[in-house]
Amino acid sequence: MANTGWDEFEIGAMLRTFDGAIEDIAGTRQEDRNYSPNSSFTASVADWRIEKPIFNKDYCIDCQFCWIYCPDVSIISRDKKMIGVDMDHCKGCGICVEVCPTNPKSLLMFPELADEETEIASWPTKEEKEK
Amino acid sequence: MAFDKMELRDIEVWDGNFAAAQALRQCQVDVVSAYPITPSTPIVEGYAKFKADNYVEGEFVMVESEHAAMSGCIGAAAAGGRVATATSSQGLALMAETLYQASGMRLPIVLNIVNRALAAPLNVNGDHSDMYMARDSGWIQFDAYCPQEAYDLNFIAFKVSEDHDVRIPAIVNQDGFMTSHTAQGVKTMDDDTAYGFVGEYKPMNDMLDFEYPVTHGVQTEEDWHFEHKARQHNDMMTIVPDKIDAAFAEFEKLTGRKYNQIEEYSMEDADVAVVCMGTSVETAREVALEMREKGIKAGVVGIRVFRPFPFAKIAEVLKDVKAVAALDRSAPGGTAGALFNEIAGALFNTDSKMLLSGYIYGLGGRDLTKKHLVDLYTELQANADAGKVLTKQQQFIGVRGPKLAYL
Repeated sequence: MANTGWDEFEIGAMLRTFDGAIEDIAGTRQEDRNYSPNSSFTASVADWRIEKPIFNKDYCIDCQFCWIYCPDVSIISRDKKMIGVDMDHCKGCGICVEVCPTNPKSLLMFPELADEETEIASWPTKEEKEK
Repeated sequence: MAFDKMELRDIEVWDGNFAAAQALRQCQVDVVSAYPITPSTPIVEGYAKFKADNYVEGEFVMVESEHAAMSGCIGAAAAGGRVATATSSQGLALMAETLYQASGMRLPIVLNIVNRALAAPLNVNGDHSDMYMARDSGWIQFDAYCPQEAYDLNFIAFKVSEDHDVRIPAIVNQDGFMTSHTAQGVKTMDDDTAYGFVGEYKPMNDMLDFEYPVTHGVQTEEDWHFEHKARQHNDMMTIVPDKIDAAFAEFEKLTGRKYNQIEEYSMEDADVAVVCMGTSVETAREVALEMREKGIKAGVVGIRVFRPFPFAKIAEVLKDVKAVAALDRSAPGGTAGALFNEIAGALFNTDSKMLLSGYIYGLGGRDLTKKHLVDLYTELQANADAGKVLTKQQQFIGVRGPKLAYL
């Protein structure tokens, strides 16, 4: 959201979800809707996250567990293929990592400032089960 | 229209509550969400009866508390309706949280407060402690001194509050029992004229506009909250006063009854003046005229618009007065009375040599008698003659026991 001054917004504790009028919103895919910059679809609501999930697609089996369990609809999946994490909405709760069934996990939590490429390059290896 | 009109005589004998209820009917309020409390109950009861008798087309929402009553009003106003309710004292206290929601969300709601003391000790009679409790809540506040004004100010409150440049809720105060339950002659407007003054409700950012969806009551933290509150204050200070004056002027044209942000009585050449609110204004007016027969140039200033407080107008009318008394009908809780502070604030940093003293009076419905006011004007004249305040700056009027004086 732009850092506008006190005189530059509509009055009231009120935000518009869309720019302009809408029709048949239920029949329009999210990416095709004209969301306003103030809607929580467009605006980042993730600024208090201190740990983030990193997705390593090499191990993902597209089971969709993370997509189902994410409490903030922040797992991006299209046609049942896991694409990644929506970092504008992810709060860093770690549930996706917890439910990930692969070995090693395809999602792991890292400090917010961790570098994705570096972490993927040093991803943990498969854990051997104790016999 | 699907409802019946009511034939009114040009002058009806109404108490303040019924006058307010009639105004709600004539404005064709869409939703009244209310919880009963003495002495305001007959206002919402009156609306409910008008609705039951098909004199109004609207909804009466019976709720479980005053907090819910104002919450219902907020929902209805955000949905896009003309909304009103009434309460008093403890009821207003229970509404406190939602008062700030309504003003922050910029929803035009009209709230009739029939002023009553706040417990403890429990008391149903009139003082201004509830009015004062709401003074920082961001609502416009009008004050009626009699049933006629309770009637008139409701129309003016809707007119100002619903203006799209304003969209700030408005309170109409009247004194519990002294105004609310005292029947007097009230000059009426016929239904069409009255409705014509407020006009059809014009929604703005209403939730029931499905083509333009809005989220009301959003959260803002340190990044946005300040800007919203600043905007709200700015609009109160710069937009609302002119809108109130315009509504007063239009109302005068329609009815011949003239209102002002501050009402001045015998102030043209006054040496001493009393500033007060509610029914006390009428008593003070009478005493001021009697003092003039005794050679004391006495005047009265009534606060008609308590919020936004008319600082410049107060400074203008009082600047050449020698001694002024600020009468506060609310326990100040460890400071000067609110009117004392506002008036002092209005005159400070000016060239005025006005002497100001504050008086706490009338708590819990204790009468302010003409004798009290004669003594008060006499004391003010003594201050004026001496060129200084001879008493403490804060005194109590009409309380039993050793004299109370502070500051």
